[in-house]
Amino acid sequence: MINKTVANADEAVKDIFDNATLMLGGFGLCGIPENCIAALIRKGVRGLTCISNNAGVDDFGIGLMLKTKQVKKMISSYVGENAEFERQLLSGELEVELIPQGTLATRCMMAGYGIPAFYTPAGVGTEVANQKETRNFKGKEYLMEHAFDADFAIVKAWKGDAAGNLVFRGTARNFNPLMAMAGKITIAEVEELVEVGELDPNEIHTPGIYVNRIFKGENYEKRIEQRTIRKG
Amino acid sequence: MALTKEQIAQRIARELQNGFYVNLGIGIPTLVANYIPQGMNVVLQSENGLLGMGPFPYENEVDADIINAGKQTITTLPGTSFFDSAMSFGMIRSQRIDLTVLGAMEVSENGDIANWKIPGKMVKGMGGAMDLVASAKNIVVAMMQTNPKGESKLLPACTLPLTGQKCIKKVCTELGYYEIKDGAFHLIELAPGVTVNEIKAKTAGKLVVPDGVREMTF
Repeated sequence: MINKTVANADEAVKDIFDNATLMLGGFGLCGIPENCIAALIRKGVRGLTCISNNAGVDDFGIGLMLKTKQVKKMISSYVGENAEFERQLLSGELEVELIPQGTLATRCMMAGYGIPAFYTPAGVGTEVANQKETRNFKGKEYLMEHAFDADFAIVKAWKGDAAGNLVFRGTARNFNPLMAMAGKITIAEVEELVEVGELDPNEIHTPGIYVNRIFKGENYEKRIEQRTIRKG
Repeated sequence: MALTKEQIAQRIARELQNGFYVNLGIGIPTLVANYIPQGMNVVLQSENGLLGMGPFPYENEVDADIINAGKQTITTLPGTSFFDSAMSFGMIRSQRIDLTVLGAMEVSENGDIANWKIPGKMVKGMGGAMDLVASAKNIVVAMMQTNPKGESKLLPACTLPLTGQKCIKKVCTELGYYEIKDGAFHLIELAPGVTVNEIKAKTAGKLVVPDGVREMTF
């Protein structure tokens, strides 16, 4: 067993450099690496390109890194719910590349699978298709999309072990296992760091080979964006 | 009388069939889930990675790790599965989803849709909409017939940046239910009490009104 454990978030992100490209897991605020985001803010690293489905909200998630102006560019599919984001975007302070959600997910996956590019119909005939190679298969147009190339992938899992094996929970899985496979260096923060051998091998979502560093996160807020309940 | 948002959802729910896998977008489309007929087996997919979406939780069931694509807290059902976002869009691209219901800002008479961007004003992003419209075989749009300025959203050609081309099959607004084919909006049903003249006045794209068009009943 190779021990991937590091002490905490600060140690996990210590070599993330200015102008690095990061993948950050999560959908909305669900399954985001809260501890690493806080550590990146403490570290003050700047000029980041962040690949993440969303950009958090004004006072949580990646929104916190926008506030401190650490992000140069966001690559996302949906960035509503964030006024500071919209302000920086319209004023030109922040570069944004919006791409279809399935394309975003698959560009992560392909990086982890070692496949440089793939074809998808999403975005054909739209501005997403600008300057992209197209190809016709069985009478339908497809766009060629490239696998992402990220310096670091930062993910959040439910459980993990020192070998780097990860298990996700509920819809907090989302982009996390895809990004975990896709970083040159993958950092995983987990709610529960268990003994090696405790996770059922049948139920591991991300095999440890993809994970370079793992630590037990603390004080998860797990903020809910739209708390919807029924009466009863 | 024009339809309420609930009635638009109720009308679209009549498209559901036993055994359908369905993806519902944010807004009016979400309400379609409230009108699944008793005893019909319909499985709701949420593109953030869940198949078999249950109702909203009771206060003591709220779980931050279980949300839908609208970021609302939800519950699971017996048989629910979770998966990653790539697999989720795999289901969509490979056409396992039988019905997709989406909102829109504009729809054109040839089935183009625009719903993700107003240049210079609003940039929220396309989320999963571009993937859905590029692959889904059966897409119904739920929206208002006109924008807040009173201008028709059923157009000869979309003016806003497109989400997808030639992909929308049906549109339900508060005034009528339309099928898009052969480059025109074919009125299938009228909202109760709405006149064909009102429909004509609020449809900028090519409109076909068949003789004896039916009125919806609820």
